[in-house]
Amino acid sequence: MKILVAVKRVVDHNVRIRVRPDGSGVETNGVRMSMNPFCKHAVEAAVQLAEAGKADEIVVVSIGPKASNDVILTALAMGAHRGILIETDAALETLAIAKLLAKVVDEEQPDLVLLGKQAVDDDSNHVGQMLAALTDRPQATFASEIKLNGSELEVTREVDYGRETIGLPLPAIITADLRLNTPRNAALPMVMKARSKPLAVRPAAELGIDLAPRLVVENVSPPPERVAGRTVASVSELAAIIVADVNEMEAI
Amino acid sequence: MSVLVLAELDGEVLSPATARIVAAATQLGPVDLLVSGPQAVAESASGLSGVARVILAPATALAEGMVDLLASLAPGYDYLVASASTTGKDVMPRLAARLDIQPVTDIVAIEGPNRFTRPIYAGNALETVTDGQARHVLTFRASAFRPAAGGNAAPIETREATIASAARFIAAHRTESDIPDLATAQIVVGGGVSVGSAEGFRLIEALGKSLGAAIGATRAAVDAGYAPNDWQVGQTGKIIAPDLYIAIGISGALQHLAGIQGAKKIVAINTDAEAPIVKIADVALIGDLFEIVPQLTAELEKAGLKR
Repeated sequence: MKILVAVKRVVDHNVRIRVRPDGSGVETNGVRMSMNPFCKHAVEAAVQLAEAGKADEIVVVSIGPKASNDVILTALAMGAHRGILIETDAALETLAIAKLLAKVVDEEQPDLVLLGKQAVDDDSNHVGQMLAALTDRPQATFASEIKLNGSELEVTREVDYGRETIGLPLPAIITADLRLNTPRNAALPMVMKARSKPLAVRPAAELGIDLAPRLVVENVSPPPERVAGRTVASVSELAAIIVADVNEMEAI
Repeated sequence: MSVLVLAELDGEVLSPATARIVAAATQLGPVDLLVSGPQAVAESASGLSGVARVILAPATALAEGMVDLLASLAPGYDYLVASASTTGKDVMPRLAARLDIQPVTDIVAIEGPNRFTRPIYAGNALETVTDGQARHVLTFRASAFRPAAGGNAAPIETREATIASAARFIAAHRTESDIPDLATAQIVVGGGVSVGSAEGFRLIEALGKSLGAAIGATRAAVDAGYAPNDWQVGQTGKIIAPDLYIAIGISGALQHLAGIQGAKKIVAINTDAEAPIVKIADVALIGDLFEIVPQLTAELEKAGLKR
């Protein structure tokens, strides 16, 4: 089985972001960047399938500026075999990303595509589903467990009411949730080895996809700020406040 | 400007989120509601104020079938709308790509017919976008909108459809409970990892019961096995916007705060007066939750608040 994993370079999820005062977006200059956490779960899932002898090649792809090489190297150090960077400095919308990935899927013909369920910058949660539509493949989003039974993948998904299990014939698209696995930190020898693995760079413009944005971002602003209220001294005082609040609530 | 809303089911009944999505969608135009499920759900959906017509179609458990169904109806509508639930997230981007539309999802405010506000970076920023496309694929966060009233009697139209999918549904693992729906509850009581165990969470549940509240948990508490996954509140869990959120033994990690940003009032019960959640709470009580919570439950029981 050949697996394609898509990874995104984003502002590190531990960084407290700052909205630019002019409302043009979130400051990314001089901010620590790293692989989107959900993408790491996707890479780990692919590597585990390879270690179990169920996958023979893992190709990792990222779309973004030259610096996205970093996250491809991280994936190669985790155990992916080769990388593809679709290079662009433009901020692409999820539909354009999915179209570029569909092109890569068309060329690479992977049996399985693994992606993170969402990127922690735009929080969109679109690309896996869009790629599934564009390649006409079945999808399983929010995966927390993947088993391969013969030619069928049995995927357990995290859904609002609990969990559900679905069966997917290959080729298929899966997006990873947090509970899927615990991503490894690559040991230094693996990091060194990653540098010698093949990494192809292709300008996004070469793929013949219309990348023009469909939406206009008018403004980005910080959410309304919350300030500390008061501290009460006793349970009865707190109970009285809650009783008053609940009595004031409009019944819906 | 006509709107097709995908009704959300919670098992075999209409989910409380649907009334909120319908109310939000009526700001955009007359609403048709698609129910892919049993007749009884279509009947309760037809009672929602603002619904012009209910379209009843066969039940579909998987995104592919639902997208086929929506795509067949799409030509008649300017807006295709669903809740930003796990179902809406599964279905709407796939539909959008199929129709060659860039969707706008997780909308928390409608600023105009094609202008919407949505949170990014776990709610640490809000982005307002203008969608100049001819047709719009949208998801709304149910918690950000008030529900539509009842009392309507919209006509129900049944639509025959053959639903096919390469994927197959194997099993649902449903958390059964009589606790209110977390995503739309007016009061939520949440517990963190300091609650210490699944038994400890019974204290949280008892307090919740005295208020008729939904129960939430932090990711750490869920990961530790103290609470089921579908109670998780935060960036990767559910986003809630209750009138009252009571946070018990929760420190207030960034990702949890992202999930409760819409709460009107926050009460924190915590041993640590310096915890981030205490810094943003409207009311805080500093102390041991194992002493405070049973006392508070008893006092609220006495007041007979259960709604």
